[in-house]
Amino acid sequence: MSERSQAEHPKARIATASLAGCFGCHMAILDIDERLMDLMKLVEVDRSPLTDKKRFTQRCDIGIIEGGCCNEENVHVLQDFRRNCDVLIALGQCAIMGGLPAMRNAIMHSDEPLRECLDEAYITGRYIRNTTHNVPNDPALPLLLDEVYPCAQVVEIDYQIPGCAPEGDIIFDTLSKLLTGKFRGFEREMIKFD
Amino acid sequence: MSGTKKETGFSFTIDGIEVTAYAGQTIMEAADDAGIYIPRLCDHEGLRHQGSCRVCTVKAGGRSVSACTQPAAPGQAVENETPHLNKMRRDLVEMLFHEGNHLCPICEASGNCELQAMAYRLDMTEATKFPYLEPCRALDASHPDIALDTNRCISCGRCIRASQDVDGKGVFGYVGRGIHRRVAVNGENLADTDAAVTDNAISAEVCPVGCIIRKRVGFVTPIGEREFDKGLIGHDIEEKRK
Repeated sequence: MSERSQAEHPKARIATASLAGCFGCHMAILDIDERLMDLMKLVEVDRSPLTDKKRFTQRCDIGIIEGGCCNEENVHVLQDFRRNCDVLIALGQCAIMGGLPAMRNAIMHSDEPLRECLDEAYITGRYIRNTTHNVPNDPALPLLLDEVYPCAQVVEIDYQIPGCAPEGDIIFDTLSKLLTGKFRGFEREMIKFD
Repeated sequence: MSGTKKETGFSFTIDGIEVTAYAGQTIMEAADDAGIYIPRLCDHEGLRHQGSCRVCTVKAGGRSVSACTQPAAPGQAVENETPHLNKMRRDLVEMLFHEGNHLCPICEASGNCELQAMAYRLDMTEATKFPYLEPCRALDASHPDIALDTNRCISCGRCIRASQDVDGKGVFGYVGRGIHRRVAVNGENLADTDAAVTDNAISAEVCPVGCIIRKRVGFVTPIGEREFDKGLIGHDIEEKRK
């Protein structure tokens, strides 16, 4: 693209972040495979683990969030994305409904599921070798939330791409349609929750 | 169809399509025969109708009724596939997701689950407007052949009706009221009941979700080849029209 036409049609900017998730949704972005080349003709990647940029350099058109909120840092990152992105996409089951990390909210059968979870993980677990017998509490560690929250319960989310992880096809299809103003919802056969 | 029934047949319309029904048929039964799918979760072929999930709500003569219990009437104008009704159905299905703990990625019923398939059919992809309740629910794996994961139960009552009416056992029943209503078994746990893996109530078709689990058969059919990987829920009924 010449300098002149690039000025007339500047590339859209996207940013991505992984919160309480397994990073599988970012792996799924790479499953777009060679079509990434087509996508990169339309976008520049700003703050993202893909570029290793830790902060927004300017306002973005699209923000993509993987994972839910399990600690205060996740909430700050998510709010930062909402402030700096025109369109915010929750990518994958953890971002949409908490996913597997949210299992700690419900299945402990305890009045204090978080406490029981930490005790099991660091103190009472059968295979734990923790010589300090303490739950890590370094000030550098982000404060854990009482529950794992889906993104939409913390900020307003514009679109959700379901799946664990969503296939590269639905991510590419959604992004390319959004970028060209042709997004009219998902094809039913592409929607998968698992 | 017998000659007698033909004589008592009458017609009504569903979304403007003329459908023939016979005396005693519900709107849903007539629609099924005509190849028109009305979404449903608590209704199942071979079990008495209950009308509790309300996913099959249609407008008949301007009134909202459950299609699985409402008898068809001559000349009735029924609305089924309208944006308004589908929106209400989607809300109902979404609330079921929010009331239980439905983690599709770790559920062996994924792909065979009617709740999940209904969410696909009703385009449940919007950001949530309800809070996730994430209740603490029991898991009963005491029986040698069967397990119950009530995190996934949607209180459709199909197992209750199947056990009472088909198996003649009454293994399952409701306890509690309102949002605290749960399916329970008639014993200390499942191992104390006379439930058998061969019961109709335990068969794969009766439980629409992954609540009643037959042990040692999970993941036999790989993801991609499961029931609703082949097509949207209701496609088998809709194919009758083609």
